[in-house]
Amino acid sequence: MDDSALIPKGVKRCPFRQFALWIGIAGIVLLWGVYAMFLCWFKGLNQTNMNDAYGFALWIWADLAVIAVGGGAFFSGFLRYLVGKDELKNIINYAVLIGFICYSSALLILAIDVGQPLRAWFIFWHANVHSMLTEVAFCLSCYFAVLTIEYIPLILENRQINKVPFFHNLAHNMHEIMAIFAATGAFLSFFHQGSLGGVAGVLFGRPFSYREGVLIWPWAFFLFTWSAAAYGPCFTILITKITEVITGKKLVKDNVIELLAKISGWMIITYTAAKLIDTIYWAAVTAPSMGFTIDHFFGTSIYGIWILGAELILGGIAPGLILISEKGRKSPFGLWVAVIFGVIGVSLNRWVMVLQTMAVPVLPFEEWYLYIPSWQEVATTVLPVAYGVILIMISYRYMPIFPQEQELNPID
Amino acid sequence: MFPFSFEWAWDMSHYVFHGGLWYALAIIGLGMTYCIGKAVIDTIQGKGGGHH
Repeated sequence: MDDSALIPKGVKRCPFRQFALWIGIAGIVLLWGVYAMFLCWFKGLNQTNMNDAYGFALWIWADLAVIAVGGGAFFSGFLRYLVGKDELKNIINYAVLIGFICYSSALLILAIDVGQPLRAWFIFWHANVHSMLTEVAFCLSCYFAVLTIEYIPLILENRQINKVPFFHNLAHNMHEIMAIFAATGAFLSFFHQGSLGGVAGVLFGRPFSYREGVLIWPWAFFLFTWSAAAYGPCFTILITKITEVITGKKLVKDNVIELLAKISGWMIITYTAAKLIDTIYWAAVTAPSMGFTIDHFFGTSIYGIWILGAELILGGIAPGLILISEKGRKSPFGLWVAVIFGVIGVSLNRWVMVLQTMAVPVLPFEEWYLYIPSWQEVATTVLPVAYGVILIMISYRYMPIFPQEQELNPID
Repeated sequence: MFPFSFEWAWDMSHYVFHGGLWYALAIIGLGMTYCIGKAVIDTIQGKGGGHH
């Protein structure tokens, strides 16, 4: 089969057979996840290891983590369209694609987690307006619509589709008012990222995650938004770099990556400073006022004090310092280390806010309660990764994702 | 939920939550209506010959 007519002009792609082989390999992993997903839907949540102690488990961690790292889309859009960082136009398409994958994955995981996906519309029609999760559901769905709108023009710019005048005009018109959609996306993202932190922050029966705050918003609300804006670009850079390694091509110029890395670095440093202040205040004032000391929350080898150190130092201070230093972010090794540590750091933060919150005993007769996910939970969490790989492969092959690719990789 | 739903209450929580939701949906809906409508008009006028 020859699909060369669909491939963007002026760029080179691998033979179709090779492409199909890799799609097939990722497809097998995808099917494994789909099988587990149908088991959960048809047999129920008894397929998981969740229980009364762990109503939130691996899926919710995965949700929070992909939403955090998917924050690169809204923050890059904010910087590109509202702040006017024009260089970012060369990476914004990929940031949108990554965000689209992350948010569709989050919605897919939620569709499995709610157990009754056919009743998902209840949250809109019978909304509990006192719940942070209602706000998350509203903004998540709306922002996914925004990301879809941002992704559609890329599909319409496929060489063959773009020949159809209506699709050509539609893509052009959507580009023209994209700043309005990007601003709406930034507004929506600010609130749902925050409310995900707010969910943990308002749990006064769970003093590990409970935080004081301002009006109805606990400090965790602001820290979650801040961290998504800080670490989202790290994930965008990481996936871009991985794509460059796999394709064997330079796809984005260094000045674009360095600009995003620098902004991300300053966001990480300021976020980590705020997180440190928050942690010290929580350990010194909030937790003691509820009858707990910090030792109580880090009482096992799995959830030892090391986890807090890893999150703040390896996942916060280290990547932040590397990225704000010109020498650090210009060094390929330094950049790789910083973005990998950054992504692990924010994922670790979401892990402790979901899983450690559930594990810590809160009553005198309780013990530490540890949880190991079932294979169905693991398979359905790996499912979005396989889906993401497939969507990136198809998008890279058939859509003009990287505007600088042709210039950086001239064909003789 | 709309104001005519039986669960609706005229309080601040409902104004903020549903006001925000309808506001976002209105921007998305109006924006896409504009893009599609203008694309139809542009196409009828013969614009967009396949070059971008």
